[in-house]
Amino acid sequence: MRAPPSTVRASKLVTNAVAVKSETASIAATKSGHELLLFEALREGLEEEMERDPRVCVLGEDVGHYGGSYKVTKGLAEKFGDLRVLDTPIAENSFTGMAVGAAMTGLRPIVEGMNMGFLLLAYNQISNNCGMLHYTSGGQFTIPVVIRGPGGVGRQLGAEHSQRLESYFQSVPGLQMVACSTPYNAKGLMKAAIRSENPVILCEHVLLYNLKERIPDEEYVCCLERAELVRPGKDVTILTYSRMRHHVLQAAKSLINKGYDPEIIDIISLKPFDLHTIGNSIKKTHKVLIVEECMRTGGIGASLRASIMDNFWDYLDAPIMCLSSQDVPTPYAGTLEEATVVQPPQIVKAIKQLCG
Amino acid sequence: MWRGFTLQQFANQCYGNEYDLGKGRQMPVHYGSNELNYLTVSSPIATQVPQAVGAAYGLKMDKKDACAVTYFGDGGTSEGDFHAGMNFAAVLGAPVLFICRNNGWAISTPTSEQFRSDGVAIKGQAYGVRSIRVDGNDALAVYFAVKNARKMAVEEFRPILIEALTYRVGHHSTSDDSSKYRSVDEIEYWRTRRDPVARLRMFLQSNRWWDDENEDLLRQDLRTQMMSVLHNAESKKKPGLSNLFEDVYDVIPQNLKEQEQETQAIVGKYPKDYPSDVPLD
Repeated sequence: MRAPPSTVRASKLVTNAVAVKSETASIAATKSGHELLLFEALREGLEEEMERDPRVCVLGEDVGHYGGSYKVTKGLAEKFGDLRVLDTPIAENSFTGMAVGAAMTGLRPIVEGMNMGFLLLAYNQISNNCGMLHYTSGGQFTIPVVIRGPGGVGRQLGAEHSQRLESYFQSVPGLQMVACSTPYNAKGLMKAAIRSENPVILCEHVLLYNLKERIPDEEYVCCLERAELVRPGKDVTILTYSRMRHHVLQAAKSLINKGYDPEIIDIISLKPFDLHTIGNSIKKTHKVLIVEECMRTGGIGASLRASIMDNFWDYLDAPIMCLSSQDVPTPYAGTLEEATVVQPPQIVKAIKQLCG
Repeated sequence: MWRGFTLQQFANQCYGNEYDLGKGRQMPVHYGSNELNYLTVSSPIATQVPQAVGAAYGLKMDKKDACAVTYFGDGGTSEGDFHAGMNFAAVLGAPVLFICRNNGWAISTPTSEQFRSDGVAIKGQAYGVRSIRVDGNDALAVYFAVKNARKMAVEEFRPILIEALTYRVGHHSTSDDSSKYRSVDEIEYWRTRRDPVARLRMFLQSNRWWDDENEDLLRQDLRTQMMSVLHNAESKKKPGLSNLFEDVYDVIPQNLKEQEQETQAIVGKYPKDYPSDVPLD
């Protein structure tokens, strides 16, 4: 039971919803490190891996001298050459197929989709070949490919450029999938994905590329299968990923001031789910709210709910709540678009409903 | 076969037994061998075309004295992957050979309903790929065409398209009866009068490098070998149940381990409802 309101109001108002630096394991407690934007962090990770391993190469539209639509590959073609940072003609299924063939014969390609939505064109190669060939060849061939690109709802980019394809790739066997949300995990996940022997889909978000953060100077790699405990708490577990992490944090400021103590987990790994971290949290709080940008039907939230029910039913005190986008194509009009994405006030309301 | 994949290995793959390199996971004729640089066959049509370009891309980067080669049929040239793959190869200057076996039929679709272009060779020209059309039933012509194409691909870093014209005498698969969509006379004509193997044999025999006796002996010997390897393959055990869950990833993840345990429990409990030649482990 929570303390009565008067006690809470008397104590100091918390303005910082994120865990205090000394508690977080992720950021090194040093004064050094350097500040950069998320897209620069992705580039740094990519550049370091390309220097480390000559087999790493990049394929995609406009990734060469143009530097990529979101500047993730800026400067790399000049440094590593036109062949290692290859500009491809516009045929997503085919350059993904190229990457699969190159990977099977020894290279470690990274495929950049200009927008995740375009990777729907590559779905044949991703589902039928990328995810399968290691298995169907009896383990003879590995496909260490990284498929990455921006997805999610942007600022009035129209329905076709606002796709959330995480749910489409989720059921493809043989694939791993992660979603980055901060410069720190963007760089770490990029490096980990490149080093992985499995095909990995790295989901980036179109509106997070300019997020700024101070990251360590020392080399580090994140774990592809581990969720990130953003804020420890004991009242409720909030599971989220990508841009929604930031909406949750915004909502958390308000929630904490109202006396709630949410535990916020950025699930990071969308396939497979880190049920260990998630489970430990549920055993502590007994209540779950999932906040996602996917559609209600068949989204990451839907499958996460099923997973939690299967594994942690006995620990739940209430049905799992899930806030998702509606099952509509994203409209162009700004006001309508905003209504399709879960906003902080909705999250606050949901927690109040869940926790009382 | 020429590279050293044994008849026994072919048979093992068809039966999906425990000696199959693919561990029983792919359908017959979808073999692959890492050792022999033969990428495992995958069913969707023409997906191998850009993959070959990718492999050639790797070879070009490593400056290897080698090329990639990929095969497909007349029907495959309608797929988007074929077009983009050729385009890529031309733009990239990839050392790859595209060999099209134009046998006139894509299951029941004749080439007249597959495309209206002047065959396949012209499609290569459209993409800036040097192309050649060759009589696919003339073994020597095909040999020389491919040999020269390979030289060009490797030395000049360019793709080459070879269209080998032939005829599909057999049915598309064991579930097809092609007499339903084409005349039996047509099939018989090609089978008896235009058989490429018979043609080569005639050539060898006319030069006295081969005779009927050798032919009979060879056929008998091969028949015996084939019966033996097939019988052998059939008698072997199938891969164990654990093979259902391995190699999906490099290391088996927790959720698959759980699924494996569940499956083993069910199969162990009701063995009569499951095949008896699949070991539980």
